[in-house]
Amino acid sequence: MTAAEPEILTSARPELAAGEHLLEVDDLAVEFRTRDGVVHAVDGVSYTLDPGETLAILGESGSGKSVSAQAIMGILDMPPAFVTRGSVRYRGQDLLTMPEERRRKIRGASISMIFQDALSALNPVFPVGWQIAEMFRVHRGDSKAQARAHAIELMDRVQIPLARERVWDYPHQFSGGMRQRVMIAMALALDPDVLIADEPTTALDVTVQAQIMELLAHLQAETGMGLILITHDLGVVAQVADRVAVMYAGRIVETAPINDLYKNPAHPYTEGLIASIPRLEQKGNELTPIKGSPPNLMRVPSGCSFHPRCPYVRDNCRTDEPPLYEVHVDRRSACHYYEEVLNG
Amino acid sequence: MSETQTGDQKGTQGAVTGAEDVSGRQASLWADAWRELRHNKLFIISATLILFLIVMAAFPQLFTTQSPRDCQLERSLQGPSADHWFGIDILGCDYYTRVIYGARVSMIIGLSVTAFAVLIALVLGSSAGYYGGLTDTLISRAVDIIFGLPTVLGAIVILSVVSNRNLFWVTLVLVVLGWPTMTRLVRSSVLSVRDSDYVNAARALGAGDLRVITRHVLPNAIAPVVVYATIYVGLIIAAEATLSFLGIGLQLPAISWGLMISQAQTRVLSEPLLLLFPGLFLSVTVLSFILMGDALRDALDPKLR
Amino acid sequence: MGRYVARRLLQAIPVFFGTTFMIFALVFALPGDPIRALSGDKPISPAVYAELQDRYNLNDPLLVQYGKYMGGLVQLDFGQDFRGREVSEIMSERFPVTIKLALVAFGFEILIGILAGVLAALRRGSYIDNLVLLTTTMVVSIPVFVLGFTAQVVLGVKLGLFPIAGLSQGWYSYLLPGLVLGALSLAYVARLTRTSLVENLRADYVRTATAKGLSRKRVVGRHALRNSLIPVITYLGVDLGALMGGAIVTEGIFNIPGVGQQVFQSIRSQEGPVVVGIVTALVLVFIVANLIVDLLYAVLDPRIRYE
Repeated sequence: MTAAEPEILTSARPELAAGEHLLEVDDLAVEFRTRDGVVHAVDGVSYTLDPGETLAILGESGSGKSVSAQAIMGILDMPPAFVTRGSVRYRGQDLLTMPEERRRKIRGASISMIFQDALSALNPVFPVGWQIAEMFRVHRGDSKAQARAHAIELMDRVQIPLARERVWDYPHQFSGGMRQRVMIAMALALDPDVLIADEPTTALDVTVQAQIMELLAHLQAETGMGLILITHDLGVVAQVADRVAVMYAGRIVETAPINDLYKNPAHPYTEGLIASIPRLEQKGNELTPIKGSPPNLMRVPSGCSFHPRCPYVRDNCRTDEPPLYEVHVDRRSACHYYEEVLNG
Repeated sequence: MSETQTGDQKGTQGAVTGAEDVSGRQASLWADAWRELRHNKLFIISATLILFLIVMAAFPQLFTTQSPRDCQLERSLQGPSADHWFGIDILGCDYYTRVIYGARVSMIIGLSVTAFAVLIALVLGSSAGYYGGLTDTLISRAVDIIFGLPTVLGAIVILSVVSNRNLFWVTLVLVVLGWPTMTRLVRSSVLSVRDSDYVNAARALGAGDLRVITRHVLPNAIAPVVVYATIYVGLIIAAEATLSFLGIGLQLPAISWGLMISQAQTRVLSEPLLLLFPGLFLSVTVLSFILMGDALRDALDPKLR
Repeated sequence: MGRYVARRLLQAIPVFFGTTFMIFALVFALPGDPIRALSGDKPISPAVYAELQDRYNLNDPLLVQYGKYMGGLVQLDFGQDFRGREVSEIMSERFPVTIKLALVAFGFEILIGILAGVLAALRRGSYIDNLVLLTTTMVVSIPVFVLGFTAQVVLGVKLGLFPIAGLSQGWYSYLLPGLVLGALSLAYVARLTRTSLVENLRADYVRTATAKGLSRKRVVGRHALRNSLIPVITYLGVDLGALMGGAIVTEGIFNIPGVGQQVFQSIRSQEGPVVVGIVTALVLVFIVANLIVDLLYAVLDPRIRYE
């Protein structure tokens, strides 16, 4: 109800030290110890994020993309999950070794996350306004009225019409797209540095998808936050990402700026993904999926985990796990024969 | 959730062959369950107990040579001895023998009430769930009405006016009061299965309603019913005992654990064994059915996997 | 919300009429002589017999009988015992005692049951979880009268902790019978709370709440618990019916002068009209209580309001 809006937008963001990234994940490994065996969900993943940047993490279900994000947020159930190595530095501080109380203050306020299915991700028995306002009440100690006022502002900002009335409505009373906006509002409430969006549009209609992606892009431009977009949808990636990290079987197999990735992939898996998108010109011909299926994460293939499905496979692929070779100054590929892929 | 998307696509593709697939799918649920149950200690214990009790009910002569009606007042209320393991009751009968024979009534009532209730529930519940509409409304209203009558209270009212409270009447009353719970369960189970792809596929292939219900809907909806029916046997046994204890169920000279406890109640403090033995048998009987039901639920509930 | 309330009230009407008609039909409309049936083996003088016939309108056509019966019910006329005492008068004397007993039972159910269920859910698989599961299974298996006598003997006599009968020690006298009465339901409540909370702790919205940086206490205590308790509270409504049946046994065993004991004694002395009258009243209470619980459900779960 006040001119508090500017407050949300331009709260002072400390400058990063030289060479420091906003978020730096280094050799992160997460395993799940179950009755039937150990699942290596994330097996040595590294990426960085800078302010204003959008990093897309692309992969199929089971590639470990969500688990790595949840490890950053610290919301994995441990047990059965165990972080077996690696570090996650936010502004230079390792979140994984931080005491839980400090980490909790960062969670939701500096690094926040939105999820795929807003209907199940929102608490069905509380009004949306209450759930958004909760951020202010818990993290900032605002009064109920202040918090509610902020909530209405946020709902306006994410373009939910009639915010003042709808602040009392329950999640099931909104459409899918509106619910996702509520989640975005909740995540943006305290002006985080980093927003992780885990498949934010997968459950939505195509037209609504576009609206949500546009909203995210707009908000990012406004706030200068870093955005990690987790998805399996190449189309969505194309719209918003600056850089892409492709994940397969718990490892990153390629990183590149978006255009380079599309025009000329440097890893057989990425090549296969792009080739499998149905195109109008292909009409009348067979589709070209990647042969085989993703591996069982309890028994990851030796050497290069993609080798059973790879058209470029050679003998050493079965025995030597490829490191992330530097293809260019900002491109990496975990394939021994990336030059062939680039030229082929 | 991307899994669900591709899952749905696979579902519709698979649905065409799904009609045959169902018996394979549901056979594997039971096969999986059986494999798990075989190693489940609780299941083995409770199944053994139940088998034991059934044998005891059917062939009490295997456990005792005496007759439960061989009662001599002179020896009333003696304590346990070599000849009379549980002692002698108020009327001079061998208590051990009476307790053994008491299993018969409990098992008969427990099993038959459950069997009839399940039968009625399968017919009415699947009709209500599958057809919906008027059928559902009528059946659900009837269920609601009887639900308005708590079991024990309803049984008391009905049995108040029945002059000859024998096994038949008690069974009948419990069936009449019990079928609504089962029916509700069958109905909701059927409802959750009715709109599955494989059911739609079967109908698209021209299967008639009866066939769809019996071959496709029920086999997949029946797991929760099996679990509850098992527990229900235990609940009915407890209900009969309660009614007999109150004096509104079975009457003398019937042999029922509830009746025995009722007779013992004035002497609870002086001869506690009179309460202990039938009470113990009763509790263990109910317990074994409940444990079995729990074990079945753990084995059959895919969500817990 | 209004639509839901209206619909629920409308649903209650056939239940109300149906159930009362069922009781009426079972008692008065079956072939045979209802008065003989109600009085059992007791001899009744022709004068009393004629009076009862008149009282219950047995000379009227069936529908008229039902109409007068319903008319009586609405005026809280639940019949008379064989000595001419109004059942409603007997009930008004005894109901407060039963209500107190029921409140004690409910108290135990809610406090211990929910607490045990929450602890078991939060420490799933641990010693406490297994203890809760084990005890609740055993309690559920022991019929209330067996439990009652056992408690009387062990806790009342052997350990001398509680009075074993009557109301001589005021509120303290209600504790043991209340515990016995509530024991079965307590076990159910504990299990239900446990299952419900375990399920909710796995839900997506709990993950979101954690991601919002809320403390574990708040995530569980505010977000998860609120959802988990919905089925528990709805169960408590159904439970009232079980409590009524249990009260008959418990009051009988512990000699508590409530409505249940009256039924207990009247069954033994074959005073049919009293039994039928009180049970009818209890059934009406049950129907109303269920109605209230259903409406409460709408308050607790906003998704229901818009169905």
